[in-house]
Amino acid sequence: MPYIPHTAGDVSRMLDTLGVKNLDQLFDEIPATLRCKPLTGIADGLSEMEVTRLMRDRSEQDAGALSFLGAGAYEHHIPAAVWDLASRGEFLTAYTPYQAEASQGTLQVIYEFQSMMAHLTAMDVSNASVYDGASGLAEAVLMAIRANRKSNSRRILMPRTVSPLYRSAVSAIVEGQDIELVEVDYHRQGGHIDPSSLKAFDGEDFAALVIPMPNFFGVIEDVHLLTDWAHANGILVIACVNPMALALFTPPGNWGVDGADIVVGEAQPFGIPLSSGGPYCGFMCCKQALVRQMPGRIIGRTLDLEGKPGFALTLQAREQHIRRAKATSNICTNQGLAMTAATIYLSLLGAEGLERVALACHDNLRQLLIAASKSGEVERVFKRPVFHEKVLRLPVPVQPVLAHMAEHGVLAGVDLSPYYPELGHTLLVCATETKTEADIGKYAAALQNALQATAVGATQ
Amino acid sequence: MSNTPANLKYASSHEWALLDGDIVTVGITDHAQDALGDLVYVELPTVGDAVSQGDEAGVVESVKAASDIYAPVSGEIIEVNEALADSPEIVNSEPYEGGWLYKIRVSDVAELDALMSAEEYAAQAH
Repeated sequence: MPYIPHTAGDVSRMLDTLGVKNLDQLFDEIPATLRCKPLTGIADGLSEMEVTRLMRDRSEQDAGALSFLGAGAYEHHIPAAVWDLASRGEFLTAYTPYQAEASQGTLQVIYEFQSMMAHLTAMDVSNASVYDGASGLAEAVLMAIRANRKSNSRRILMPRTVSPLYRSAVSAIVEGQDIELVEVDYHRQGGHIDPSSLKAFDGEDFAALVIPMPNFFGVIEDVHLLTDWAHANGILVIACVNPMALALFTPPGNWGVDGADIVVGEAQPFGIPLSSGGPYCGFMCCKQALVRQMPGRIIGRTLDLEGKPGFALTLQAREQHIRRAKATSNICTNQGLAMTAATIYLSLLGAEGLERVALACHDNLRQLLIAASKSGEVERVFKRPVFHEKVLRLPVPVQPVLAHMAEHGVLAGVDLSPYYPELGHTLLVCATETKTEADIGKYAAALQNALQATAVGATQ
Repeated sequence: MSNTPANLKYASSHEWALLDGDIVTVGITDHAQDALGDLVYVELPTVGDAVSQGDEAGVVESVKAASDIYAPVSGEIIEVNEALADSPEIVNSEPYEGGWLYKIRVSDVAELDALMSAEEYAAQAH
């Protein structure tokens, strides 16, 4: 198909036919505050060479900062082989295969990804991946509403220990569909869902309970008690997990007596760079009994007419090209390229390598906590086990401290006050295996300097 | 040439209904199973559900399509064919016998009058 741009004459004839004066009028119903404005940070009419130079200069301003940010996206070492292989032409099409069975290599990669995710989560089946962890959680909520035949309600128990960003994304996607997200508060000393607090909901009708693991505070939840409570009340369990933690902890399929029903999470820790927030890669697994309610593509291994093994898209009748408006989701694509990177990452590390990475992360967090709280000014919040993230409380407001440390090349954590004002001056810090003793020393020194500078600033 | 037993009533959406006392057994027709191809999954309503004539009550899924099943009469679902969970292919091999889907206790037997006879259905389906 040739690409022939419209001439000014074409455009004006189309506008005349529609009876509108100009192109902008077509967008009148979109509020002005939501519309994109022209770029302000870049001059008009720059040449390619000038733009390239400008972008290089600006990207250098971002480089070199030492990041202790976590909160859902994690800096891990990515072996060079991951993107060297993922960038091969055969893989470098970041989209779902349309002539699926003609792309046996792509299908096999997806099949391997599914196999590894199902193994890691101890679930029966996995799909070919979804956009990201947050949209995966929204899909899990919709899936639970469809799948829970014991429940007549459209209500979901959504603990406040689930990432506030995930909760916001889920709410944006599901609340327009008449689904109610009922908040469950957290234990103030533990930073976890207190299983006894769920007694207040005994006997009520909910389709699902979301259990984050570890939760947004890095805290380990009482997953077995929570799972069994939910199942005793006819409630499905949606596990929302950091897959890196599964190298060390009981996988959701083995939670409680019957295991979680649906498992979702963000595969970004597996070989996908931070990249200012995306593209990432969500994963979604479930029990066999729920597979027809799971959205997204699923690749199966089969035999062809000659008895040779091959791979095929399976259970397509759930998808929108067949089931139309009643499809399990209006999204049936997957994150092909990011998923390929995650698959390569996992196959390079293996189960043992993944466990070593997870342990190294946690060990570094412990060193960081010792260094950061040495002076006694910084308090460790929540008396519960954590995985590679921790909430700290400062004696002063967090924002100026973070700004001061950023100026000295340290991204020190995520300010929790916008999301959890009741916790006071708290921040969430994270250390992964990428941090060295010197990095941790630099953090502690920068924190000390920032606290002094902020205290001096406050008394002047 | 598909089979349309004369003792059954038929809906235009390709379900059959067999009345026995106040119980109606429901399935899909030979024509429907043939058009869908090999069934791989049957989703049945829940026992105890109340349905109205024309309501969606179940889904049959083949390798190439998924189709809703509609309740041919109003009433309460009193039994579903559990054997179909593991062997949906029975619907293909025996659409009028072992491949029945569910049974409804009808609230108004007169609703069956709105359904077609075998002759009328055969004329519509071909």
